[in-house]
Amino acid sequence: GSSRPFHKYETDNVFLRSSASAARGSVGGEEREGGDDDLKILDMVVFRFHQYQVVGRALPSAIDEHPKIYRMKLWATNEVRAKSKFWYFLRKLKKVKKSNGQVLAINEIFERKPTKIKNYGIWLRYQSRTGYHNMYKEYRDTTLNGAVEQMYNEMASRHRVRYHCIQIIKTATIPSKLCKRESTKQFHDSKIKFPLVFKKVRPPSRKLKTTYKASRPNLFM
Amino acid sequence: MQADQGPLPVQPFKRYVEIGRVALVNYGKEYGRLVVIVDVIDQNRALVDAPDIVRGQMNFKRLSLTDIKIDIPRVPKKKTLIDAMEAADVKNKWEKSSWGRKLIVQKRRASLNDFDRFKVMLAKIKRGGAIRQELAKLKKENAA
Repeated sequence: GSSRPFHKYETDNVFLRSSASAARGSVGGEEREGGDDDLKILDMVVFRFHQYQVVGRALPSAIDEHPKIYRMKLWATNEVRAKSKFWYFLRKLKKVKKSNGQVLAINEIFERKPTKIKNYGIWLRYQSRTGYHNMYKEYRDTTLNGAVEQMYNEMASRHRVRYHCIQIIKTATIPSKLCKRESTKQFHDSKIKFPLVFKKVRPPSRKLKTTYKASRPNLFM
Repeated sequence: MQADQGPLPVQPFKRYVEIGRVALVNYGKEYGRLVVIVDVIDQNRALVDAPDIVRGQMNFKRLSLTDIKIDIPRVPKKKTLIDAMEAADVKNKWEKSSWGRKLIVQKRRASLNDFDRFKVMLAKIKRGGAIRQELAKLKKENAA
């Protein structure tokens, strides 16, 4: 297959980078469009997975006064788990453990443009019942956290793979031209038009829900 | 996912999910708000926008499509959206439509206080009396 040129789209990689600066400020913009006090914000979806940037290094010792600093971007449900995941990955790549290392900074990364629809490509490595496999999946979403959550849900439903058996190798926003999957490409239509076929009749709030109804609902839109 | 306009002479569907379709939110915090579908994220979600909210995503299950459609490009700027809504006169069209009128009446009835309800009761009795008078007149004419 054709290999995708690296520079063509922005990548949010989870590989190691040694950085000169120790503590970095929060990367990325606000999660909500702040400053618009007169505009209401729609019910913001609560993300299960947050993206964190964790910066850490081995503790300075007699052998190495200034150990290399490593930065990682990863997904976890909270900061504590993010730090734990950081050490898990770092252990596999460098000879350093939590006991002889230190986390220098941990910041949450928020979506830059949560109102723009993007196509996300996620490369992952997962453990199935028989072995490890790599996968590339595409999702259409407004935020990267949303796409990652979609990925975890889809892997659980389609392949019965749970959270701890999945490692996200790389994520990237893919321009529409380079999308591979038909299920995302079918929405790349500026004049998209389709009818809603099934109308789910439901009360406007859970409080108004009743077990019995007087008449059968009309399910036609 | 283009709707098949080809061989069928009459489509059973009249309201389509498309860019510019006005929809009513029928569940959740934004219940009762008119929003415009500004883009389609995937099979279940749309990017919706309205003059007084930040553009956001919404599930189709929370939207009831209306007959009103405005002419906008895909994901327009807020100003373009507001101008297009003014041009299509969405607010007036909605308030004049039978669906819109019903919602206004529902809201009014829900906001009545006890005195208002008393006044409504009197008005209904008066109206009923007037109708029965006319009916009696017509019966007498018929009998004669």
